[in-house]
Amino acid sequence: MILKYPQEKDKLSQLKAGDIVEFEGVIYTARDAAHKRIKEYLEQGKELPVDFKDSFIYYAGPTPTKPGHVIGSIGPTTSSRMDPYADMMKDLGVVGTIGKGPRSEECTEKYIENHLLYFVTTGGCGALLSKAVQEAKEIAFLDLGPESIKRLYVKGFKMIVAIDYHKNNLFKGR
Amino acid sequence: MKTIHEEDIINAVSRLCIDACTYLDNSVLSCLKKAKENEQGLAKDIIAQIIENDELAASENIPMCQDTGIAVFFVELGNQVFLDCDLQEAINKGVAKGYTEGYLRKSVVGNPLTRINTKSNTPAIVHIKQTLSDKLKITFCPKGAGSENMSQVKMLTPAQGINGIKDFVLKVVKDAGGRACPPLVVGVGIGGDMEICAKLAKEALIRDIDDEASDPEARKLENELLELINSSDVGPMGLGGKTTALKVKVNLYACHIASLPVAVNLQCHACRHKEVTL
Repeated sequence: MILKYPQEKDKLSQLKAGDIVEFEGVIYTARDAAHKRIKEYLEQGKELPVDFKDSFIYYAGPTPTKPGHVIGSIGPTTSSRMDPYADMMKDLGVVGTIGKGPRSEECTEKYIENHLLYFVTTGGCGALLSKAVQEAKEIAFLDLGPESIKRLYVKGFKMIVAIDYHKNNLFKGR
Repeated sequence: MKTIHEEDIINAVSRLCIDACTYLDNSVLSCLKKAKENEQGLAKDIIAQIIENDELAASENIPMCQDTGIAVFFVELGNQVFLDCDLQEAINKGVAKGYTEGYLRKSVVGNPLTRINTKSNTPAIVHIKQTLSDKLKITFCPKGAGSENMSQVKMLTPAQGINGIKDFVLKVVKDAGGRACPPLVVGVGIGGDMEICAKLAKEALIRDIDDEASDPEARKLENELLELINSSDVGPMGLGGKTTALKVKVNLYACHIASLPVAVNLQCHACRHKEVTL
């Protein structure tokens, strides 16, 4: 299924765990260090450099961009390392996250309770996934290098629905 | 006595870093293609994506995976080689050069507590073994954290024996699930002491993907573990299927009468390693 976001926002509620989605729209990269920094900003009452309301987060840190390319290889990293930040991202208005592997039981419950979506992309397919990135801009925490926050515009970005709005979890029992 | 210069080591290491992260060995690709034919549905689709990814990376000269790893080296240094440099330092210079010129991700922090990126992917992890020759053989294995983080060491007792080993290896693979990017190559080190068995497990991963252990008991264990692991239904990316591991590699070493150390080092489907002999 093709999903243009935010134009086809209504389709989000129809997604079922196991569906393969070709996503088109904006996603933000953020992984371990960026999540930690966001938490510190919030604790210190500092204004965040990015408004995450209604956004999708991709747990990824690409390779440096080669000349003539839009972005380097950009596959997913292990999502469960970001499980402790589920509440924080929910409070910031994030719609869904994209990564690889199962979430903890506690995190999965939070996603289900709060209508957060979770998608997986195929780990180790960074070269292939980079082809779906049409625009890329480093927008915050540049000192974190590969872990900085980047705004990506993707088209035909292939991901699998893992946690949907109907309490289904693709990793259940796994 | 043969002299090997620092510059030659730097250039060779730099090339190894780029090649290993870009061009997956055909033998690994063949294993993946065989696994794809054995799968159906989502599992087959995932392995097809992996193959497409690896072929694309090679044709476009870009890294197959964004996690270009911490740089691990196994070095065999001949007794008839004279080096005009500090070997560890020369390797580090080669890593910095390769990771910079090859647009590889620099994923190393200088201190695990303060966590500032060294921006050179150094220091490398270097294991040196002395041999009787006039050669310097360098094997490079970029190790990504997804699979490394799911690896484990356990000190079993002799009474736990083969069954204890099997239970532990299977548990490590199941606990890792999709996080370690299966289909895996599973490196198992048995024997030695705590650190040696971990090193054995890592060294098992740089063996040729198609080889078998020379020790008959280890070979038998490799086959039995592979069957056991592939009946776990973890499957490609942890979403179910017949292919949880492509291969299991068991390396052995002598150990204390009271000990049975076992290490399981997981390797994702990008089983990357390259070697050069100077």
